[in-house]
Amino acid sequence: MPGFVLRRLAFAALVMWLVSTLVFAFLHLSPVSVERVVAGPRATPDTLERVREGLGLDRPVLVQYAAFLGRLLRGDLGDSHVSGAPVAALIADRLPTTLLLVFGAAVLWFAGGVLAGTLGAARARGPWDRAMTVFTLVGLSTPPFVAALVLLHVFSTRLGDAGLRFFEAGPPLQEHFLQRMILPWAALALLMAAAYTRLTRGALLDALGEDYVRTARAKGLTERRVVVRHGLRSALTPVVTQFGVDVGALIGSTVVTEKVFGLQGVGQLVTRSIATGDTPVVIGVTLTVTFVVIVANLLVDLAYSLLDPRVRPA
Amino acid sequence: MGAGPVFKQEVAARARGSGRGARRRARSAAPPPRLPLSVRPVEDGAADGLGEAPGTGAGRTPGRLALARFRRDRPAMAAAAVLLAIALFAALAPLWAHLTGHPYDAAFPDTGLDAAGQPRGPGREFWLGADQLGRDVLVRTAYGARISLVVGLGAAALAAAAGTLIGVVAGFCGGAVDTVLARLMDVMLALPYLLVAITLATAFPVSSVAGGLAMTILVVAFFSVASFGRVVRGQVLALRRREFIEAARALGASNARIMVSEVLPNLTAQLTVLTSLLVPGAIVAEATLSFLGVGVRPPMPSWGSMLGEGSDVFQTAWWLLAVPGALLLLTTLAFNLLGEGVRDALDPRADAGPGDG
Repeated sequence: MPGFVLRRLAFAALVMWLVSTLVFAFLHLSPVSVERVVAGPRATPDTLERVREGLGLDRPVLVQYAAFLGRLLRGDLGDSHVSGAPVAALIADRLPTTLLLVFGAAVLWFAGGVLAGTLGAARARGPWDRAMTVFTLVGLSTPPFVAALVLLHVFSTRLGDAGLRFFEAGPPLQEHFLQRMILPWAALALLMAAAYTRLTRGALLDALGEDYVRTARAKGLTERRVVVRHGLRSALTPVVTQFGVDVGALIGSTVVTEKVFGLQGVGQLVTRSIATGDTPVVIGVTLTVTFVVIVANLLVDLAYSLLDPRVRPA
Repeated sequence: MGAGPVFKQEVAARARGSGRGARRRARSAAPPPRLPLSVRPVEDGAADGLGEAPGTGAGRTPGRLALARFRRDRPAMAAAAVLLAIALFAALAPLWAHLTGHPYDAAFPDTGLDAAGQPRGPGREFWLGADQLGRDVLVRTAYGARISLVVGLGAAALAAAAGTLIGVVAGFCGGAVDTVLARLMDVMLALPYLLVAITLATAFPVSSVAGGLAMTILVVAFFSVASFGRVVRGQVLALRRREFIEAARALGASNARIMVSEVLPNLTAQLTVLTSLLVPGAIVAEATLSFLGVGVRPPMPSWGSMLGEGSDVFQTAWWLLAVPGALLLLTTLAFNLLGEGVRDALDPRADAGPGDG
């Protein structure tokens, strides 16, 4: 067990190192002139030279690389080229919104997907099951930003005042928190729920074909008890694994949802920084999110190996 | 590499507990006992008949059987028809531009916008309405369809080629090569793809249309390689301990030869299925990147960038949302249905699950 934990930790560290090296390479090979972005378009060659020295860009590549890694280890992501504020602080401001968005949606899609999938498997090929099959197919095919745009359009313009109550624009997040989050949550959860409906249905149908389920039925248990206590319990294992992976991955892809709904999360920070060419912020968010995703995956793996000894390699 | 590591490879393959092996086209597979010919195949492998049923005559090759199964799959056939129509719509893009007199990158503020500067809806002049700059939505959607199809098919093909190479080499060579390649794929899967793609696009801004298109295809393909390679690797691991591989080895075939003429032909069905299921994801990825402004560059329209640029005026101009949005959904839906049809036709016993990874 300690060996397994150590190996997972070493892999997590390796991924983190590779990603930062990759990002450093992007930065170094990039044709964009950093000093130009910092000093502005009308800076004199003299100023540009001073900015270069100030940022350490005149030093050898390896020294810059070592300094970059050293700062990362201390949690220093550099300063924004545009506002001069520390990137870490900018991200710390925005991260809670993104996490709330993801976790709120995660609860919705997990509950919705498992429920819909269970109902589908319990009465396979019934009308509900068929409707759900169509829903999952459409859900799996819809690009997330299209779903978000359509929801926003329907609720904020088509339904008028009644719809607006679901979406009240403008900061801060604390006011009208629920109203502001319902649509983004729904936009994310609806499509993810489609995948989970399908996953749960398949796993549950497999489980219901097992011998112990037949035994449970033969004992005269109610159908509800058979499905929930005997079938669902084992069917949920692959669903929960996927859930851990998806929650992590989604933290990195809320950019679109945040852009559509105007939420001030890290994703929106990124879209804004693309426009201004503020590379340190884009890189800082990428590294932070990678870190969060890796830690999330690590925790899932470890929790999993505690629950199910079979996944532990010898 | 020699014949030494065979035993170790076997152990590794067993330890992996890999999934179903490739039974398709494995000539050694015993034909299932055949009942009198049923008219239509049922869901399980009964209609899989690799064996020649007596009296059916010629023509029951696996390929023809698959084609026959596909023809009977009504959703898949409908999807194929829809995709054909979309491809035609895209191919005829210059014709739409000619008929309407509106090139895709030309703005017509006089006829396309009303007095208040709002885009005009569908009508005689603009069949599917005008966009926020007074450009023709129909023409731009047709050119956008070209982008979606080119990026979707191009990125899927590229990712399939690279993923097959990596997967086959990793699965077949085993040992240190496998460890390094498998770890590499794990790292790629752990990357937040959207953010890395954005970082890449910010660090290397391209202004030309061709450059943006090439970059988009590369980025989309890059992030599909790992999951593809991982599945291929699993299939190869399962294949590797089969007798015909051992026989080829005993005959003195080189590793490269075994990979190309023994392993690959046994993977064609799975590779086709995996590749066709890759296309809708690639189309969505392109649209997402273009929506964020880091995909295909203007003035070339893409469904994603049309949705992104028009989002400020959706409230008054619903067609800017409805036209590219509906086409995007229709295309990915059709590709998904087609992919599932291909899977059912080529690999009828495969699970209907959501796929590996």
